[in-house]
Amino acid sequence: MGNNSIVEVKNLYKSFGSNHVLKDFSMSVKAGENMVVLGKSGSGKSVLIKCIINLIEADRGDIKILDQSIQDMDEDEVDKLRAQIGFLFQSNALYDSMTVRENLEFPLRRHWSREQRKMGAEHAVIEALTDVGLAHTIDMMPSELSGGMKKRVALARSLILKPRVILYDEPTTGLDPITSREISELMVTVQKKYNASSIIISHDMNCIRITSNRVIMLIDGKNYSEDTFENLQKSTDPKIREFFD
Amino acid sequence: MYKVFKIEESNFLIEIGNISKFAGRFFREVIKPKQEYREFLNQCYWIGFKTLTLVGITAFIMGLVLTIQSRPTLVEFGAESMLPAMVSVSLIREIAPVITALICAGKIGSGIGAELGSMRVTEQIDAMEVSGTNPFKYLVVTRVMAATLMVPVLSSLANAISLYGGYLGVNIRGSVSWDLYWFQVFDAMSFGDIIPSMIKTFFFGFAIGIIGCYMGYFSKKGTEGVGRSATTAVIVASLLVFIIDLIAVQVTDLLGLT
Repeated sequence: MGNNSIVEVKNLYKSFGSNHVLKDFSMSVKAGENMVVLGKSGSGKSVLIKCIINLIEADRGDIKILDQSIQDMDEDEVDKLRAQIGFLFQSNALYDSMTVRENLEFPLRRHWSREQRKMGAEHAVIEALTDVGLAHTIDMMPSELSGGMKKRVALARSLILKPRVILYDEPTTGLDPITSREISELMVTVQKKYNASSIIISHDMNCIRITSNRVIMLIDGKNYSEDTFENLQKSTDPKIREFFD
Repeated sequence: MYKVFKIEESNFLIEIGNISKFAGRFFREVIKPKQEYREFLNQCYWIGFKTLTLVGITAFIMGLVLTIQSRPTLVEFGAESMLPAMVSVSLIREIAPVITALICAGKIGSGIGAELGSMRVTEQIDAMEVSGTNPFKYLVVTRVMAATLMVPVLSSLANAISLYGGYLGVNIRGSVSWDLYWFQVFDAMSFGDIIPSMIKTFFFGFAIGIIGCYMGYFSKKGTEGVGRSATTAVIVASLLVFIIDLIAVQVTDLLGLT
């Protein structure tokens, strides 16, 4: 493992019945780096980040986040580690029975004491919403927000605990090109502000171009190739060219 | 044909095993510290207070109709004066608790199944887990506890309202004073009628809560799965109400409380 690796995945295997999704997959993300995992639909990208955060249990392999092996931890230790990881779901996963404020306060109830919440919750919520440009939506319900706004609120919720790692599961899927670009630029802005490392699952080329420092090609369950977006774009490998043509 | 039957039989047994494991997890989680009191009270409001009108109207009609329907038979045997006693024992021991539980299986069971199912398919449950909140404790324990406590409360209110319906039913064709009616009602009943009927409603509530939560928590296949979770929750919970009732009658009989 590299000394400054924030996330290290080694020889990961995951199958669902006879469908072998991840086969000996390895990757490493350095501090402050935006790593994009690019692959076709159904190639196991979402499974990969769900394995990383232990929402899905891997069959084999090692996953280390911030130098801690998430697979060897008990429930409490996993919860503590998760406080340092933000996760933006593809479907946003906003709690639809709660206001935007309550959505953002929700992660605080586990990781902050009652006194901390009394003193700082309001400030933290407003700061996270301001970062995504939606401070005025604080008392709105998720159903009153547009698709792009929901994505921003979900991003604000994943930032509320000031994570060191942010995982994005197809952050621009279902958005129009303009909103998609805004979200991509926002991801870069918050990554700089919070100095967090990111793993971004995507097949949106514009998003990848804007956000990535490095790109991993997830093909046939493996880390097929790993390079900058520009270098991959110049590749003559037919399997890689499929994504750029 | 035999093979299909074998597969269905094994799926059925697997499902029973999974529900038992789910219920076992409930008992483990319920004693763990840091209770979700606010969510529990919120669920008591939704499960209890928001079902009260439906249960109340049904109970009133139930008492009224049972009295009107029973009168001709009792008149035929010259036992019209037994009407309050007969109606009250029928209502308290069997009809009011079971009908209340069936209404709750329909309203609460489907509500919980659909709510948790939609939370599952929109990844809200995963989001809770990622944020460090135990979704089982927050969603399942609170709802099952609320159902277990609120169904007996609703059943007790249904008992009272149905007896009031019975009073009006008695007075449609006859004339029994308020005091005499209630004297006859309580004279006919003993603790052996009330306590077992009260105890079984806790089991009804638990079954409705746990089945609704189980179906929703493990909902699959998108919106179609949510609908299926809600429907299955109602069917299985209703069936369980009858099974629990059957067991309760046998146990009461064995204990000599009938």
